Amino acid sequence: MKIAIASGKGGTGKTTLSTNLASYLAESDNVVLVDLDVEEPNSGLFLERKLIHSEEKFKMIPEWIKDKCTLCGECQKNCNYHAVIQLGTMILVFPELCHSCYACSELCPVNALPMKEKKIGDLSHYKAGNLDFIESKLMIGEEQAVPLIKQTIKYTDSNFEGIKIFDSPPGTSCPVIEAVKDADFIILVTEPTPFGLNDLKLAVETVRELNKKFGVVINRFGIGNNDVIEYCNNENIPILAKIPNSRKIAELYSKGELLYNSIPEVKEELIKIKDFIFSTAEEGVK
Amino acid sequence: MKIAFTTKGKDWNAMMDPRFGRTEYFFVYDDETEEIIVEDNSDSTQEAHGAGPKTAQKLFDLQAKILITGNGPGGNAGVVLEKAGIEIYTGAGEMTVKEAYEAFKNNKLPLFK
Repeated sequence: MKIAIASGKGGTGKTTLSTNLASYLAESDNVVLVDLDVEEPNSGLFLERKLIHSEEKFKMIPEWIKDKCTLCGECQKNCNYHAVIQLGTMILVFPELCHSCYACSELCPVNALPMKEKKIGDLSHYKAGNLDFIESKLMIGEEQAVPLIKQTIKYTDSNFEGIKIFDSPPGTSCPVIEAVKDADFIILVTEPTPFGLNDLKLAVETVRELNKKFGVVINRFGIGNNDVIEYCNNENIPILAKIPNSRKIAELYSKGELLYNSIPEVKEELIKIKDFIFSTAEEGVK
Repeated sequence: MKIAFTTKGKDWNAMMDPRFGRTEYFFVYDDETEEIIVEDNSDSTQEAHGAGPKTAQKLFDLQAKILITGNGPGGNAGVVLEKAGIEIYTGAGEMTVKEAYEAFKNNKLPLFK
């Protein structure tokens, strides 16, 4: 079973929920936590972990071979991303803009743009007690998170059965879609503020478009107003849990510690989430 | 020599567009022939990716030697402009085209590197 933890707004508590839920579930089940926020992964900060495997990750980009090129212009005509630009007698390739579609390479009549590997990041696999933890980091300067997210999910799928928890990037753009599109269930974390609600609505639109089962967790419950609850009730969206706003939580978080062993209210909320997900699973989700 | 301005309109009194890649127009003035060409760049607003390099290529095709703009190009567009041998002057984002041209002639605009 794959559970993606996402949010419209950043900083609502995706990582707090991911690390606590994954560690709690790992006490009784086979669980892997995957940090797919590859542009700024931070789940690892909350886990005492030991590295057991790492590998480099690549994407494919074209390399211009000047001597073969006839300057026909087919390559730049077919590049939807303007990653290949013809400038007089020069072909310029912009690796960060390239989406590895191979169009320029395949359609080149003289094979002057063969594809080659370019490193985009690193995948690391850790053990944190019973929990398996996988984290990928995009290299500085790389613009595209999607290829690395895709490869990280592939690594996870080929190495694990059991419960997979994906800590997703914030927002509603391509990296989020890639991180949640194969999930059996999506948890949207929000905060009960106007900003939280605004971005929750965008996230709900997105997951509905993807036809996904989802529920909401309200973090920092107690601040703001009741509009998030009213919205969820009106839209028939289940509220799985409400994590209270408390100074104690902030203190533990700032030290990089998990919450549920020290704060019983947090554990109670995790149990609610677990029960909800497992009962949803019985309704037909793998 | 052709001098290109990033602009929001089509004449000397138009405001400059501070953006490069997604500028609405190029106003191109040839100071030898006094010929003016206005190039519509509005298709770049539809580009999700790579507007900068594409716009820079357009400027190369227009055979401009000088670019006068506001904020300056981003990294990818900067590479294309450099390879194309186009000199870039910035800081004219809040001026009219005429004011920008006067500022350029009086060496008031910084060269972008």
